[in-house]
Amino acid sequence: MADERIPFATHAESTVLGADEIVLNMGPQHPSTHGVLRVKLRLDGEKVIGSECVIGYLHRGVEKIAEHRTYQQFAPYVDRMDYVAAVSNGLGYCEAVEKLLGAEAPPRARVIRVILTELQRIASHLFWLGTHALDIGALTPLFYCLREREEILKIFEKYCGARLTTHAFRIGGLQYEAYDELEKDVERFCQPFDKRVDDYESLLTENRIWVGRTKGIGILTAAEAIDYGASGPVIRASGVKWDIRKAMPYAAYDQYKFEIPTGKNGDTYDRYIVRLEEMRQSRLICLQAIENIPTGPIMGKVGKVLKPPPGEVYHAIEAPKGELGYYIVSDGTTQPYRVRIRPPSLINLEAFDKMIRGHLVADVVAIIGTLDIVLGEVDR
Amino acid sequence: MHAVIQYVISIWVPLVCMLVIVGVLPLCTGYIVLMERKVMADMQARLGPMRVGPHGLLQPIADAVKLLLKEDIIPDEADKAIFWFAPLISVTAGMLAISPLAIGPWFQIADLNVGLLFVVGISALGIFGIVLGGWSSNSHYSLLGALRSAAQLVSYETAAGMAVVGALLLAGTLSTREIVAAQGDYGTWFIFAAPVGFFIYVVASIAETNRAPFDLPEAESELVAGYMTEYSGFRWALYFLAEYTNMVVVASIATTLFLGGWLRPFAGTRAFNFLDYFPSALMILVGAYCFYRAPKQPVKVQQLFMMGLGLAFFGVALILAAPLLAPKGSLVASAMPGLHGAFWFLLKVGSYIYLFMWLRFTFPRYRFDQLMRLGWQFLIPLSIVNVMGIGLALVLHRHWGWSHWTAFPLTTILTLLAAGYLGWAGEKKDKEHVFVGEQ
Repeated sequence: MADERIPFATHAESTVLGADEIVLNMGPQHPSTHGVLRVKLRLDGEKVIGSECVIGYLHRGVEKIAEHRTYQQFAPYVDRMDYVAAVSNGLGYCEAVEKLLGAEAPPRARVIRVILTELQRIASHLFWLGTHALDIGALTPLFYCLREREEILKIFEKYCGARLTTHAFRIGGLQYEAYDELEKDVERFCQPFDKRVDDYESLLTENRIWVGRTKGIGILTAAEAIDYGASGPVIRASGVKWDIRKAMPYAAYDQYKFEIPTGKNGDTYDRYIVRLEEMRQSRLICLQAIENIPTGPIMGKVGKVLKPPPGEVYHAIEAPKGELGYYIVSDGTTQPYRVRIRPPSLINLEAFDKMIRGHLVADVVAIIGTLDIVLGEVDR
Repeated sequence: MHAVIQYVISIWVPLVCMLVIVGVLPLCTGYIVLMERKVMADMQARLGPMRVGPHGLLQPIADAVKLLLKEDIIPDEADKAIFWFAPLISVTAGMLAISPLAIGPWFQIADLNVGLLFVVGISALGIFGIVLGGWSSNSHYSLLGALRSAAQLVSYETAAGMAVVGALLLAGTLSTREIVAAQGDYGTWFIFAAPVGFFIYVVASIAETNRAPFDLPEAESELVAGYMTEYSGFRWALYFLAEYTNMVVVASIATTLFLGGWLRPFAGTRAFNFLDYFPSALMILVGAYCFYRAPKQPVKVQQLFMMGLGLAFFGVALILAAPLLAPKGSLVASAMPGLHGAFWFLLKVGSYIYLFMWLRFTFPRYRFDQLMRLGWQFLIPLSIVNVMGIGLALVLHRHWGWSHWTAFPLTTILTLLAAGYLGWAGEKKDKEHVFVGEQ
């Protein structure tokens, strides 16, 4: 059945000597499919002539769960989608519900949200860089990246007690006041971080092997990227200047100056460069934000029991991996009627088959890595 | 030479060496793995194994015991006889290849007159173990790994062979012992006469031993574990043993051919004779470091272990220093070349292996087509040019009376120019060759 849906290359063009193709099943237990992605590859020798992604091994029915929880109860669940960037997930959900309620978080809460979310973006990109380099065979960057990520996780831990699935924000603002040294901690992390990114670059950016492995691999042109609905670094590397933080500012992003890095060729190398530059930009946002954190309340007036008026809302944020959207339908009760989540990983993954055709087996892991997918988010 | 020593060398040393290679080499391999993990940890800002024994010094033994006790799984669909037999081929080939290698002027199993040819030939047989193991596993990953391995070995064996030929031209013999002696006669190691040849051999030997950045046959992020995917327990350990034995073999070949074998640096120069004290000094330093670290170990047993280790190093230092301190002409003093030769040889082999590790933790992995392109379009032509260059230098030297100091630098520069041209041409071809998938 599956084979009929996926337009594999026809037999005539796929083989020269009439040799049979190999169907190689990668995953769901494979060291570099980043979780439980299963990829069926059709190989002619080592050349990939077709692929099919099988997802759903981590499906937990998050959207259905939402229909049976109150708005507040559902908030921790979204942290479990993209568990590498839990803070961003939480921000998207809280803001979507706030929009539905017609409420707004106070300025202080919004600035702290920006700081934590940008730190989370850096952490997510660091994790991506380490694992992506590991997939391509560079063992060492992973440990440097995790060392820096650890600093960020420590800040999260000090702020809300959790490191990974933080549930840092609440609908209407924040539950916890920022701890005393938050600014200092963030600054202590951000000041030397630029140099650290330079270190990673010195290991990879001009390395002949790295360039050879990433340049021209998995090209996605701007038009194709838009057609596939790609977002985040994937679409920006193709040269489309699309960043929701600028296009539809949320939280407090309109107050800060930052650039949207874009690439030209839309290949794996460009996505690498774009993400590195994004880390630098996030660092700048953090530094701007800690300079002036407004005083005042951290929780808006939303009440203890949330009963949004009947209606629907779509709210998207720029998560580390792309456009993370929440579409919530309310029927006026304390529980959402329907929550639909637009996970960036899933939409970006759809371009995988397009990107891999004609490349070699070794490029499969490079392309899976460069899409920066988290299966918790793909499967929900 | 002392008659007693003569007797011991000719009769007993080969026997003991044989036992040592079969019995102790696996242990040494374990410690090379430990060294690799420690070096890796050092480069990655962490500590590495620290639990079993002080500083993880007993980790290799724990690993070996674990692997021995593990269940030996043979997949139902596998070709059982070949699956069972394949790792043995790899290990046997690796160990057999050590036999003609001279670890110092004393320690050698057999001084074959075709020594180096034997080593290269036998170690290449190890690939059968990999190919058969990969094929018999009846798994796609294993098959792809085995195919990659075979293709890689065929391509790089050629370049490595040509690099070896270059050094053999200089030495004029295939016997490992005489090759080292020839370097003594030249007064310089062959790495300085043929640096390009050494470079080619380094790259090709990394590829031959399937080490990163050429570890495609077992690329873990692509092929899980390549040809070893279906193996487990001790059979898996045999493949591992074969890989590290091969590392020792290629490092020994490189040491013998290019790094002066067991010769001390500046062996012929009297002014550098103080280097004779270097082995003992190094051992004393290591021993002292063990004593320095001992009080910092958390458990009493570990403290004692560290002190014992320190004492052992002092003992080795004493053994190495004894021939220097003993009166000239005595039995002990005549042990000098054997003991110090072994020390220098092992030091060079260790450094070469360290270079392997260093490269592994620094570079990403090549893709298969890139690996092939590098081999066929760059290394093989360059190795041929290198052989011609060395031949030219020898002709200039022997028939035209040029001195070494003009002939070899000239041909080296010519070879480097050729390398530059090859690199430039390859780059140009890469730019024309646009890799486009079937869209």
